[in-house]
Amino acid sequence: MSGAKAQVGRATSRVDGRAKVTGAAKYAADVGAPGLLYGWVISSAVARGRVASIDATEALAVAGVVQVFTHQNRPHLAWFDRSYRDDDSPAGSPFRPLYDDRVHSSGQPVALVVADTLEAARYAASLVRVAYEAEPHSTDLRAARGEARPPSKLTGGREPPPEPRGDPDGALARAAVRVDAEYHAPAEHHNPLEPHATTAVWEDDGTLTVYDKTQGVLNSLGYIKKVFGLDDAQVRVRSPFVGGAFGSGLRPQYQLFLAVMAARELGRPVRVALTRQQMFTFGHRPETLQRVALGARADGTLEALAHEATAATSRSEEYVESVVPWSGVLYQCDNAKFSHDLVKLDLFTPLDMRAPGAAWGVYALECAIDELAHACGVDPLALRLKNYAERDQNKDLPFSSKELRACYRLGAEAFGWSKRPTAPRSMREGERLVGWGVATGAWEAQQMPASARAALSADGALIVSSATADFGTGTYTVMAQIAADELGLPLEHVTFKLGDSSLPQAPLSGGSWTVSSVGSAVKAACAKVRDRLVRLARLAKGSPLEGARGEDVVLAEGRLCLSSDPSRSLSIGEAMRLGGELRLEETVISAPDLPRQSRYSRSTHSAVFAEVKVDEDLGTIEVARVVSAVAAGRVINPKTARSQILGGVVWGIGMVLEEESLLDHNLGRFMNHNLAEYHVPVNADVHKIDVLFVEESDDVVNPLGAKGLGEIGLVGVAAAVANAVFHATGRRVRKLPITLDDLL
Amino acid sequence: MNRFAYHRAADRREASAAAAEPGAAFIAGGTNLVDLMKENVARPSRLVDITRLPLRGVEELDGGGLRLGALATNAAVAADPRVVARYPLLARAILSGASPQLRNMATTGGNLLQRTRCYYFYDTAAPCNKREPGSGCPAKDGLNRIHAILGASEHCIATHPSDMCVALAALDAVVRVEGPGGDRAIAFGDLHRLPGDEPQRDTTLRAGELIVAVDLPPEGFARHSAYLKVRDRASYAFALVSVAAALAIEGGTVREARIALGGVAHKPWRDREAEAKLAGRAPGLDAFREAAEAVVRGAKGYRYNDFKIELARRAVVRALAMAAAGGVAS
Repeated sequence: MSGAKAQVGRATSRVDGRAKVTGAAKYAADVGAPGLLYGWVISSAVARGRVASIDATEALAVAGVVQVFTHQNRPHLAWFDRSYRDDDSPAGSPFRPLYDDRVHSSGQPVALVVADTLEAARYAASLVRVAYEAEPHSTDLRAARGEARPPSKLTGGREPPPEPRGDPDGALARAAVRVDAEYHAPAEHHNPLEPHATTAVWEDDGTLTVYDKTQGVLNSLGYIKKVFGLDDAQVRVRSPFVGGAFGSGLRPQYQLFLAVMAARELGRPVRVALTRQQMFTFGHRPETLQRVALGARADGTLEALAHEATAATSRSEEYVESVVPWSGVLYQCDNAKFSHDLVKLDLFTPLDMRAPGAAWGVYALECAIDELAHACGVDPLALRLKNYAERDQNKDLPFSSKELRACYRLGAEAFGWSKRPTAPRSMREGERLVGWGVATGAWEAQQMPASARAALSADGALIVSSATADFGTGTYTVMAQIAADELGLPLEHVTFKLGDSSLPQAPLSGGSWTVSSVGSAVKAACAKVRDRLVRLARLAKGSPLEGARGEDVVLAEGRLCLSSDPSRSLSIGEAMRLGGELRLEETVISAPDLPRQSRYSRSTHSAVFAEVKVDEDLGTIEVARVVSAVAAGRVINPKTARSQILGGVVWGIGMVLEEESLLDHNLGRFMNHNLAEYHVPVNADVHKIDVLFVEESDDVVNPLGAKGLGEIGLVGVAAAVANAVFHATGRRVRKLPITLDDLL
Repeated sequence: MNRFAYHRAADRREASAAAAEPGAAFIAGGTNLVDLMKENVARPSRLVDITRLPLRGVEELDGGGLRLGALATNAAVAADPRVVARYPLLARAILSGASPQLRNMATTGGNLLQRTRCYYFYDTAAPCNKREPGSGCPAKDGLNRIHAILGASEHCIATHPSDMCVALAALDAVVRVEGPGGDRAIAFGDLHRLPGDEPQRDTTLRAGELIVAVDLPPEGFARHSAYLKVRDRASYAFALVSVAAALAIEGGTVREARIALGGVAHKPWRDREAEAKLAGRAPGLDAFREAAEAVVRGAKGYRYNDFKIELARRAVVRALAMAAAGGVAS
């Protein structure tokens, strides 16, 4: 196999791109079935209390309406918390749709109208009269911060904040230079383009196929099995295409429950699709307050660090994300302490959203570092290099690889950082002040157990499969590349199947670990097929490769040949025919090498540089250019990799300047629940973005050496822009988003 | 969404008669009404479709003005060479609003009848005096960053969302309507109303009255006008504050000035007193600041929108400076 023909490392367009842009790709709400019924969700108007009564008389009289499900007439189902827990549940009691008359959050589903047309269901829903007994609610994090408590020990698998080290309070008190600041970050909702939807369809054999918008078909399957008392033979979950998720598909959402419940009760196929407004009625990135205190010598040497978070969660579950540990992989500091407290509010349980924890935590840390640099009169990039962490201090481990220095250097060169004047308000362009900021990004490089199946047929077609997900992330494409290389096949000979619970087991797709985990399994499964194929060619009588040593056989362009004499070759089909095989199939479970991995800290890193232009009178901010230099191991597909980082940078621009779910605390309700009032960047907000990759060779993280790119592109962008705003204006705005009124 | 009857109007008279019935509503581009119906905010019992009526044209008026047919799309008006040459303020205002897709559907008449973007108006789970008279106004003590600072009442602090209307207010456009009670011409400033104790009424139109055209007077301030829109993102966002500024400058002196604001009141906010501060003076920052001060003289914030008072001051000064300099798009 010659390097020039390798698929891994080649910029490749999405293999599913054509299906998506032509509409051939069917999403969960696109699936039809004869006799399909449509569910319309009725959402609670109050934040806390009970449903006093539901009068569905008028709704049931509408032609075409089949049923109105409420807590009063729902079927008898599982009631234990454990039945409703899923692979991403935090500690506590999960929300149980239509379980009883209690209202836990505004927008909670209180009824489902089912009709034979969407229009009838929607109209009938407007006729259902729901009366509430409202109770006093609390949704204001600042007002309730006095109630902040550490989470219980059962944090649902999340790591607690790092242990303190040294004498942080003493070192802070003695420090020559101190920064002690509080940063506020609002609630945000994921808002993927495709709203959540589930279509539950009965098959001829009486089994149920559930098309769900999810980042893990097996998570949805497990939930359905437990809640409805079904086994693997009775239900299958499919999710071949997902129109973005960003974490919103990590937990089974309530439309899954409602669609399956209605389909089972009515014995008919049922679709439940949420509206954009209802996309603001479940998990979200939680509002978070952070204190970051830094103490340093006059030259900027870091001597003390405190990172303390106070975050919102629901009353029923303790959602904890990793907000505070990030300094441990970035800066050397011997005296440090960390805490993460929760305030229980009458809101839906928060949910992982792209770079959960790091998005907020690295923002605050990197703004505080910028404040420290300014206080010391040291260049912000120089201060970061001065305090560069050579070891992970939280874990006291070396890094498996960390090319962050190269990211700083190459990013700074591309940006022109050396020309930055130190003083704020030094650069101007007409009515606009110009500022340059830098920040660091970090995320974890994780690998989960995963499995994959590879099946090679005599015509050289390879089908590889795993129950993983592609929610716009490029999984279809990257897995096909990995598989093609292992068997020396052209990319178009490879089909990758995912999003089906009948396929080999894969972890929830999140945390940037899909390539690392599933890619390793794909590689291993294909390698086993390859070994069997080579063995056939070597052992078969009359084979051109008869008697060759395995290591001397190479595969390329669908043929096997001897590396020392390429004229001795045969096709895959010939090898299989000679060996008497019609099909070679292998299923492999790939598990991380935990003993080896546990000896290293494994992270991705980035350096982000941003230029802003701020209208001095009007306060409007333009992010004129961004350079993001990323070190994330090996890049499998430079094109989709660049797209991931571009998307992260655009997201970061939204995070720092636009995104905010506005809570009315009198109503206890998110109010800007549509995409006209919940702002994400539009094309006019996005200008020049340069993406640089610093490749790392790292065989600790996984056999592929790819660390994952889903989150790292976002982390650091908000801080770089916020720091640039300070450099432009001399104003520190310690809240997100930074809006023009903050600068008037 | 409720159920409704659909009626395609054959002519204007029939359209007016059909729409005069209680619960009826005209529909043209539907870019706002359909959204409101999906949210159960608007629940018309009958839709009178006027899109087949011959009201799409843009025509010259005797005496030098221009008549915009009520069904001329926002995109068509903004691209009309006569509008671009003689009323650039209007073209810029239109192009600063919505998106190309929406402007291709939205009509001149419909743009005038857009409803507020107040969060509470849009959410039937919340009280709102505009949607349900007498139910209350949560915005006053709630999320009011996008709300009015001028002309609000204790019953409603919503703003009018249109950009086009701000330019039309500055240009002294005239709205031509036909209705069961006869035809009439409404000065632009008299079309929209302040909320008072009837915030459910956005305009002074009577039942069944159909907007058939908007007339632009001959003076278009083509040499010295500017539309400045200040918002939370660079496109596809409603104005926090917008300013239509137009100056007629002769011999280094302002002969006439027009100042209208969007995003600050229940209607496009025209301020003749502020305009008068500029008449007869040389265009310059001192004069602009005086005018800006006059604009916000009665302004009142409700906490999160307090900043709009200062922003309006600065935006007026900037827009006037842009207009004096010849005007650029914003």
